[in-house]
Amino acid sequence: MSNGTLEIKAISGHAGPVPGRDASRDYGICKVIDVTTCIGCKACEVACLEWNGYPFRETVFDNTYQTMPDLAWNYYNLIRFNEHVAEDGTLSWLMRKDGCMHCADPGCLRACPADGAIVQYANGIVDFNQDHCIGCQYCVTGCPFNIPKFNSETKKVHKCTLCSDRVGAGLEPACIKACPTGCLHFGSKEDMTDLAQNRAKQLREHTSHKNAGVYDPAGVGGTHVIYVLHDIEHPELYGGLPKNPRVPLLVRLWKGPLKWLGNLAITAGILAAAGHYIRFGPKRLDEHQDEDRDEAKKGEPK
Amino acid sequence: MSAISSPEKIPAGFIQRYTFTERVCHWVSSLTYVYCLFTGLAFYSPHLYWIAFVLGGGPTSRFWHPIVGLLFLAGAVWMHDLWRREMDVTETDKRWLRRVEDYASNQDELLPLQERFNAGQKIFYWLMFYGALVLLLSGIFIWFPEYISFQIAWLRTLMIVIHEIAALATIGGFIVHVYMGIFFVPGSMTAMTVGYVSRTWARMHHRLWYIRVTGGDLDREK
Ligand code: HEM
Ligand code: SF4
Ligand code: SF4
Repeated sequence: MSNGTLEIKAISGHAGPVPGRDASRDYGICKVIDVTTCIGCKACEVACLEWNGYPFRETVFDNTYQTMPDLAWNYYNLIRFNEHVAEDGTLSWLMRKDGCMHCADPGCLRACPADGAIVQYANGIVDFNQDHCIGCQYCVTGCPFNIPKFNSETKKVHKCTLCSDRVGAGLEPACIKACPTGCLHFGSKEDMTDLAQNRAKQLREHTSHKNAGVYDPAGVGGTHVIYVLHDIEHPELYGGLPKNPRVPLLVRLWKGPLKWLGNLAITAGILAAAGHYIRFGPKRLDEHQDEDRDEAKKGEPK
Repeated sequence: MSAISSPEKIPAGFIQRYTFTERVCHWVSSLTYVYCLFTGLAFYSPHLYWIAFVLGGGPTSRFWHPIVGLLFLAGAVWMHDLWRREMDVTETDKRWLRRVEDYASNQDELLPLQERFNAGQKIFYWLMFYGALVLLLSGIFIWFPEYISFQIAWLRTLMIVIHEIAALATIGGFIVHVYMGIFFVPGSMTAMTVGYVSRTWARMHHRLWYIRVTGGDLDREK
């Protein structure tokens, strides 16, 4: 975003066109998470808490390397752990940094009814604006990755911002800075896709991970956080990463055709009532019917 | 208190249609319904989100909508207690419904005579009563979605869709109801505000009821 605003448009006393004026620019940003080099140290979790000013949360021991069961409204970023035994008996510890994927087609944004509570920046970051959030949690229903988390005290929903405040100032997200193994990378979507694909190729060609690949799911239009996985066929092994995420069908129906049918029905109903009035008018009372009847009755014997 | 509970004074030439209790019950139900309707419509359509601002802001509307919804349901249950005995759809009602076009085109003389409520009013009544129940049942799920796990997240969306369809059904009835009360059937409004209607009105729209409460004779009245 910030590099976009400082793009030069005109130059004083300069002969010829502005250099690079017709160049295409890639504003889309991306974070790569190479789970094959993640050691589960949780430095990224701490950096995230520090940057966002949240206290550390209590850990919950469940006999594994997992520190707590889920993300929380003040915990945007959690290493998911899975002890996986392959068919040939090899044991592996699968680590995955879980958090918002910054979908190109964000289900949270589609579902949200509040004006301005969720915005998607041109660089791909999907950001929640708590000032406008009404706490209905429709976003939770729309997200295929189970990311947004509700704070029941403030009645607001929170999730990873991809450090939009840092990125806007030309810095990389806090988690990227903290990672000691270099498994996190940040840059333009194009560059990061190249980097991730190269790494996956390297894994396929030089290691036993013949199924290594890049997770950038097309069902949500691609994401601005992508993974390199040892086994792209089984994303579920990594703490339940969905194989084919899509904005749920019911959400698309509800926010699409159903809305328009409803709008049409309400408008048609009001117009029909108005049309009926113009055609038939109100039910007039026959003011004289009582008198006529009384007249008629007068002659009758008591 | 005794002044409120003493029998109401009805002007000459008029007869009482709704008691004070019935009127209060009606207006509690309708005001709570309209509040839920407006805040609900704000969440329903981005083009109507301004209603939420007018009514105190998005978070405020989201806070009160379900609570006022409970009051609406309470109103509906109270009304059920007052009116359900008079709301059974009878054979005469079915005949009336077959001729509803004559009613809509102001040819009332072709219709079977009606009791205190006609078939249209009864249908609207049941629509709102069952509508209130469905709105409450689905509403509770969307009120506290945090208690429904991610594995069955579709249930939350389904409940929103059911809530929306139930709301739309009641809106359809509500449009007709308001149109008839304010425009199509002059005299209905005073029935629900001050409680009485003219004898002519009663005789024209609800002849059987009119005869019953005035002690008239059906054969002669025909
Ligand atoms: C009976 C008790 C009711 C409960 C507990 C309830 C609860 C809810 C809740 C929790 C929501 C989500 C937005 C929000 O949190 O405010 C909602 C939305 C809505 N409600 Fe209700 N409600 C009730 C009655 C009604 C009534 C009487 C109407 C009137 C027609 C109505 C119409 C709507 C509409 C149109 C929406 C928006 C649906 C959408 O987002 O597409 N509700 N309701
Ligand atoms: S909880 Fe907030 S961000 Fe989520 S859908 Fe509702 S208003 Fe939008
Ligand atoms: S992962 Fe969920 S919260 Fe993040 S952008 Fe996608 S739909 Fe929204």
